[in-house]
Amino acid sequence: MTHKHIFARAAVIAALLLVRSTSADVLPDNRADVFYSKYSGGGMDITGYSATARAKITENFAVEANYFIDKVSGASIDVLSQASVIKDERKQKSGTIEYLRDKTTYTASYTSSVERDYISNTAAISLSQDMFGDLTTVTLGFANTQNKVGENNGTANDPNVAWVGHALTRAYSGGVSQIITKNFIAGVNLQVITDAGYLANPYRSIRYLVPVDVNPKGYALGNQVYPDTHTSTAVQVQGKYYLPYRAAVTALYRYYTDTWGVRGNTYELDYTHPIRNRWIFEGRVRYYKQNAANFYSDLFPFADSQNFTARDQNLAALDNTTIGAKVTYAFLPDGWRFFKRGTVTLDVSRIRFNYLDFRNIKDYGLPQYTPGAEPLYNFNANVFQAFVSMYF
Amino acid sequence: MRCANLLLTGTALGALLLSSGCSIQPWVKPYERDRLADPIMAWDRDAISNAYLDHIRESREGSRGATGGAGGGCGCN
Amino acid sequence: MLSTRVLLKRCAMAAIVVASTAFAASGDASGPAPAFTLTTLAGQPSGLSAYKGQVVMVNFWATWCGPCQQEMPLLDQMYKKYKPAGFTLIGVNVDKEAPPVKQLLERKPVSFPVLLDPANQVSKAYHVDEMPSSVIIDRKGQIRYIHRGYKPGDENDYQDRIRQLIRE
Repeated sequence: MTHKHIFARAAVIAALLLVRSTSADVLPDNRADVFYSKYSGGGMDITGYSATARAKITENFAVEANYFIDKVSGASIDVLSQASVIKDERKQKSGTIEYLRDKTTYTASYTSSVERDYISNTAAISLSQDMFGDLTTVTLGFANTQNKVGENNGTANDPNVAWVGHALTRAYSGGVSQIITKNFIAGVNLQVITDAGYLANPYRSIRYLVPVDVNPKGYALGNQVYPDTHTSTAVQVQGKYYLPYRAAVTALYRYYTDTWGVRGNTYELDYTHPIRNRWIFEGRVRYYKQNAANFYSDLFPFADSQNFTARDQNLAALDNTTIGAKVTYAFLPDGWRFFKRGTVTLDVSRIRFNYLDFRNIKDYGLPQYTPGAEPLYNFNANVFQAFVSMYF
Repeated sequence: MRCANLLLTGTALGALLLSSGCSIQPWVKPYERDRLADPIMAWDRDAISNAYLDHIRESREGSRGATGGAGGGCGCN
Repeated sequence: MLSTRVLLKRCAMAAIVVASTAFAASGDASGPAPAFTLTTLAGQPSGLSAYKGQVVMVNFWATWCGPCQQEMPLLDQMYKKYKPAGFTLIGVNVDKEAPPVKQLLERKPVSFPVLLDPANQVSKAYHVDEMPSSVIIDRKGQIRYIHRGYKPGDENDYQDRIRQLIRE
């Protein structure tokens, strides 16, 4: 339950990202993808299946449809008092239309994400304009998401969902992409996101110190209390450079700040190396670090010590390092019948998560560790993706 | 909210300046865009895969937003 | 929090202004067509002067340009149709290297002459500012029309212009 909510929230942003790769000169080629993904880490196993297809109806008008299904199972670190095994499913459907007129591309999309205790619907629009002899592309976007948050008071196999609140999320984005030289393109993105309503995860709890005779663990659990508004700003700068031989290097930096006191820095470096018309190899390294939200604490001194309290690991001070590799093989490099090209891609990532103020209280406690002195939590996650893409 | 407001006004002003006759000659000609048109120079060669990775990260991190890219390519038409 | 109405109004304003940014369109042109000599894939020299007295369309294309690939078969049809009436189509390829051009033409051959301009001298001389570009030159060697880009249906425009110039 815990992770699904977060996945559903993240889907809002992912939905906006479906309109990300527009170029306002020609609409992209027709394409169909069948996609499989597996995330395992931190006691969670999440398998995803997806199918996407996009096609041009006329030279100026294209449509895209995507279906995604996520299956979550496992025992998470922060499921403390409920049944430890989670099993659930999230289904997401989205449709996008794209219209190209002269140097402008207009996009509209609708995404619906449903799981038994979280429903989320997003409507997004964006506009992309080429200018300065097609050297500059300016993009503006807006997305509106309605979320309905529930809590399953039953079990995984015998659910009893109570709806606990609503939340409204609005994302405003702008981006400029600039061709600097014939080998170098750079860009900057800005995205401001505001949420209002029920913003907490109902399955996570805080903990606060109590005497051992009140609770043998030395702490008691309590409800998280979140502010009912949240505004975040993220700025990303990126560049892609074509090396003297046929390969490309990408570097990006993103700065994030929000009204909850979280500041995050992301650094990523990618290297892409093709071999003729058949193979593309890609390697990536990413480092992310954030400080904790200002109402976060791993262990509060007593009950109701602050107006807002959270112990959600996403709001903790943490860093993570990712190493990833991707291989694309064109099994139909020059097409076959009405297919222009066919590729198969494998992508693997390994992520090391390190929490700086979130402790592993599932595996450690008294008498060996007093509350607040348990080992800090860390884990490794493996992410695997495989997909087949047909261009037609 | 201030940021979004500024962003929109800034872009509108910028575009106004552009359309009111300040004509800059493109320094990378359309026939010099062979490298930029190479698929390895696309920001999102596989949008579904990148969206999935962002999805994973946002569900584990406190940050969100500003990912992705547009533009580049062959600049044809 | 900024009211939705004001925000939407500003979005619309930005969209309209941005969409009205000027760009070069296809249209009539004038001036003498710059002479040039380039080599064919086989290494033979050839140029505009070889087609003196004919209506010539110089089409600038590249292997990496999608719309260029789209119009090639149609240009080929047009070339075969109007050649007997005194029309020639010269495909000037702007790729930096010849092998991809050779490979593409082996898979999808055309009957009109293809000349290579890897140093982009001819592209510069003709002020090519869009890919693809088609420059239509009359029998007297004057540029009469420049077509920028390619969208399905543009071949009708080409044919109209060519027929007009053939009749002159």
